[in-house]
Amino acid sequence: MSKITKEWKHVNEDGSYTVRTCGWSPPGDHPVGCGMKLHVKGGKLVKVEGDPDHPISQGRLCIRCLTLPEFVHHPQRITTPMKRAPENRGKDIWQKISWDEAWDIIVPKIKEFKKKYGAESIVVFGGTGRQACLYYYPLGFASIGTPNVCYPWSGWSCYGPRCSITDYILGAGYPEIDFAGTYPDRYDNPNYVVPKWIMQWGKNPLMSNPDGFFGHSLIDLLKRGTELIQIDPRMTWLGTRSKYVCQLRPGTDTALALAFINVIINEELYDKDFVENWCYGFDELKERAQEYSPEKVADITWVPAQKIREVARFMATEKPGAIQWGLAVDENPNGVQLGHAILSLCAITGNLDVPGGITMGPPAALLGKWRMETRRNLSPELWDKRIGAKEWPALSTAMATTHPDETLDTLETGKPYKLRMGWFNSSNFITPTCSAQPDRWYRALKSLEFNVVQDLFMTPTAMAFADVFLPLPTFAEADGVVVTHFGRNAVFLGAINEALRVGDTKSDIEVCIELGKKLHPDMWQFDSVDDFFTKQLKPELGIDFNDLREQFIYQPKYEYRKFETGKLRSDGEPGFNTVTGMVELTSTLFEAWGEDALPYFQEPPYSPVSTPELFKEYPFVLTTGARKFTSFHSEHRQISTLREIDPYNEMEIHPDAAAKLGIIDGDWVMMENMFGKCKAKAKLTPIIHPQVVHSTHGWWYPEKPGEEPSLFGVWESNINTLIPHKHIGKLGFGCPAKQMICKVYRIEEGV
Amino acid sequence: MSRNGLLIDYQYCTGCHSCEVACRNEHNIPRGKWGIKLTEVGPWQVEGDKWEWNYVPVPTTLCDLCEDRVKAGEKPTCVHHCLGQCMEYGPVEELAKKMAGKGKKVVMFAP
Ligand code: SF4
Ligand code: SF4
Ligand code: SF4
Repeated sequence: MSKITKEWKHVNEDGSYTVRTCGWSPPGDHPVGCGMKLHVKGGKLVKVEGDPDHPISQGRLCIRCLTLPEFVHHPQRITTPMKRAPENRGKDIWQKISWDEAWDIIVPKIKEFKKKYGAESIVVFGGTGRQACLYYYPLGFASIGTPNVCYPWSGWSCYGPRCSITDYILGAGYPEIDFAGTYPDRYDNPNYVVPKWIMQWGKNPLMSNPDGFFGHSLIDLLKRGTELIQIDPRMTWLGTRSKYVCQLRPGTDTALALAFINVIINEELYDKDFVENWCYGFDELKERAQEYSPEKVADITWVPAQKIREVARFMATEKPGAIQWGLAVDENPNGVQLGHAILSLCAITGNLDVPGGITMGPPAALLGKWRMETRRNLSPELWDKRIGAKEWPALSTAMATTHPDETLDTLETGKPYKLRMGWFNSSNFITPTCSAQPDRWYRALKSLEFNVVQDLFMTPTAMAFADVFLPLPTFAEADGVVVTHFGRNAVFLGAINEALRVGDTKSDIEVCIELGKKLHPDMWQFDSVDDFFTKQLKPELGIDFNDLREQFIYQPKYEYRKFETGKLRSDGEPGFNTVTGMVELTSTLFEAWGEDALPYFQEPPYSPVSTPELFKEYPFVLTTGARKFTSFHSEHRQISTLREIDPYNEMEIHPDAAAKLGIIDGDWVMMENMFGKCKAKAKLTPIIHPQVVHSTHGWWYPEKPGEEPSLFGVWESNINTLIPHKHIGKLGFGCPAKQMICKVYRIEEGV
Repeated sequence: MSRNGLLIDYQYCTGCHSCEVACRNEHNIPRGKWGIKLTEVGPWQVEGDKWEWNYVPVPTTLCDLCEDRVKAGEKPTCVHHCLGQCMEYGPVEELAKKMAGKGKKVVMFAP
C-alpha cells in the first residue's frame, strides 16, 4: 500500500488554492486516474498540472486534461437544470429551473409510469467509459427501480464481451498486461519482471488509455527492453517501434489466433506443465487448430504464413509475455471466438498470472459489492422482465443490462411491452458512438413519453429528446473515487477531490442518492457523498473517504499464481473459478448455450469473401473507431484548442486507392454503403491497406444549428449509420463496426 | 554562463501534443500560434515492416525555456508533461553528453 502523505488541499496567502486529484470523467475518459494539481483562483480553475508523485502517470498528462479549464468554464456548458415542453422537443426552447422543480417533475412521472405500466416501462441508457459506468446501474436498479438498464451498442460491443468471455473461460476479473501498476516503486519492484514481449491485439492504447490502462506505460516498457507486436489492420506509430506487425484484413482475427495456436501446439512449443495441470479440453483445441494452418490462414488474413510462424514461435519461446486485447475483440460478431482463442493463447504459453505476464483480477470487483447489491431492490419477477434476458442467456448471465439490439426492437414494436420513459445518463448515442443505425434509434426513441438527460453540454441526443436536462459537474467539481478497470482488475483506487463548482450541478452519485431517497429510501441510507464512499471503502480497505483523500492513491497488493493458492475460487480450492475448475480451452458453458465449445473463424457478415457481389459495388473494407488524442468518443468537439488540432472527421485511405478515385489529401469524401453514408476529410496515408479505409467516430458539430433537423449536423458525418443492426454473434455479443464494406467518392462540399 | 537547451529523444515521441498544449497554457499563447510545434516525418515504408515515422516538436521564438518555472526550481512544462518522457532540459554541454548515449533519433534545440 503506497502512502503519499501530503495535504490534498493547499490554500495560499492570496486565497487561491491547489487541490490534488485523480482524473476520471467527465470530460470523457476511462478510469485512468492520472494525478494532477488543480489551481483555483477567484473561483476559476486557472491551471492544471500533472502530479509527479503519482506512481502511474508521474506528472504526465494528455491534452484532454491539460485543456480542462477550457472545458470547465466553456460558455456553452449547461450548469443549471432545464425543462422543455414535450411538443418543443428538437427545438431550442428551454426554461431554467431549480433542482427542486426538476424533482417535482421527475418523481411524480416515475411514480405514475411504475403504477400504470410497471417499473419496466422505464429504461436507463448509459454511455461508455465515464464515471457514470459505476452509477447508471444503481440509478436504474435502486433509485428508479427498473430492471431495464441499457448500454445501446449493438452486441454490447465494448468491454462487456471481453469481461464475459473471461468470466466463462478463466473465471476471473479482467486480464491486463503486468505493467507494475500495483507497486508504488513500479518497474523497480523486486517482484516485477519486465515482459519480453507485449502483443497489442486490435488495440492502440497510446490514445485510448483503455479501461484504466495508462497507455504510455508501453513507452516505459519499450525503454526497458520489451518488444512489441501489433495485430492491426493499420501500420500504427507503435507498429513502427515494434518487432512484428501483422497487418491483417479487418475481421479475420480469429483465424490468425487459431493459426498461432496451430503452430505453437504442432511444434510442441506450448507450456506442457500449465496445460496438463490447469487446462481443460486441450486435445479438442489441438484438433480444432489443425483446420487453421498458416498457409490457409495467410489467404484469409493477408498475413504471410512465414510471419505467422515466426510470431507464434517468438510468443511461445520468450517468457514472460503478454497479450493486450482491444475493442476489436468486442466489435466483431466472431469476437467471442476471438476472445476465447486469445485467452487460450495466453494460457498455453504459460503467461497467466505470472510476473511480467497477464494479471488477472480476483473474482469480485474492487468496490463491487454495493454495485451488485443494488439489484436487491428488484423482485425476481421484475428482474425476469429485463429486455432480451431470456433470449440471450450468455449475455444476460454476465451483464446486468438489457440486450441492446432487443431494446431497439422493443422500442420499435412495443413488444414484449411498451417503453414509456427514458433516462439518458452521459450517453450521446445518436452521435456515432455506441449505437448501430443511430437514425433508427433516433426515430424509435421518439415514441418515449418522457425523457431525462444528464450531461454537460447540449448534445444532439439531448436536443432531440430531453424534457428535463440535468447538468453534470466535471471531475474537478465533485468528490468521487476512480478505480481502474472499473474494479475488475484494479491497479489502484484514487481520490477525486472537489476543487470548485461551476453553477448548479449534481454528480452521478449525488443524483443517485437524492432521487433514491425519494423513491427507495431503504436502498439509500447514506447521509452524504462522504458517508457513501466511506461505507464502501471501510469494510473492504479499512480506510474512510478522508483517509483516501490524504493518501491520494491506494494500491492493492497483487498476488501472482492465484490459481495455485486458491485465491481465484470462492471455495478456496486451487484452480480457476470455472465449471471445470480449469482454464476452459473447450468451453462447457458455450456448448450449453448452443454455441460451439471451441473457437472457430467465421467471415464477417459483409466482406469480399462472404458478399462478393456487394463488394463489387462497395469495394473497400471499412473499419472505424480508432482514437485520437483530442477526444473521447463524441466529447470535446467544442474545445477550441483540441478542435484546432483535429478539426474534422477524418478518413484514412491509401494513396493508390485515392489516386484511382481522383481524391487528393484534404478532399471531402463520402463513405457510403447499403445502410447509410458519412462525410469526412480524406487523409492519404500508406499505413492502411489499399483495400481498407478507416473512419474516426463520434463526430458532430457544436457550431452548427442545434435545432432539428440539423441537431448540430449529427447526420452529416455519422459513421455508425453504415453499421447494421443486430448482425451479432450466436451468443448475442459483437457487431461488425470494424469490418464493414463501403464505397468512397469525392464530394465538392464539406461541412 | 552556459546556454540551456531541450533534448528530444524522438524514438519515443508519440505525437501526443502534450508539449504543445502545456506550453501554450503556461505562456497564454493565442490560437494559431505555438511555443513548440510538432512536426511529422513520414509515415513511409522503408522496406518490409520497417517504416519511417517520426514526430519531432520544434520550439519557436516564443519559447523562453520556461524561464520563470526554471527559476522556481521546476522543469519546463513541456518536459514535465511529456507523455513519452522523451524530453530533457539542461545545459547544452550536459545534454550533448547524454545525446551520445542515446539511439539515432535524438535532437537538441537551444532556443
Ligand atoms: S489519460 Fe488523459 S484524459 Fe485520462 S486522466 Fe489521464 S490525462 Fe486525463
Ligand atoms: S521550454 Fe517552456 S517555453 Fe519552451 S517549448 Fe517548452 S514549454 Fe514552451
Ligand atoms: S509531449 Fe513528448 S511525446 Fe508528446 S508530442 Fe511532445 S515530445 Fe512528443
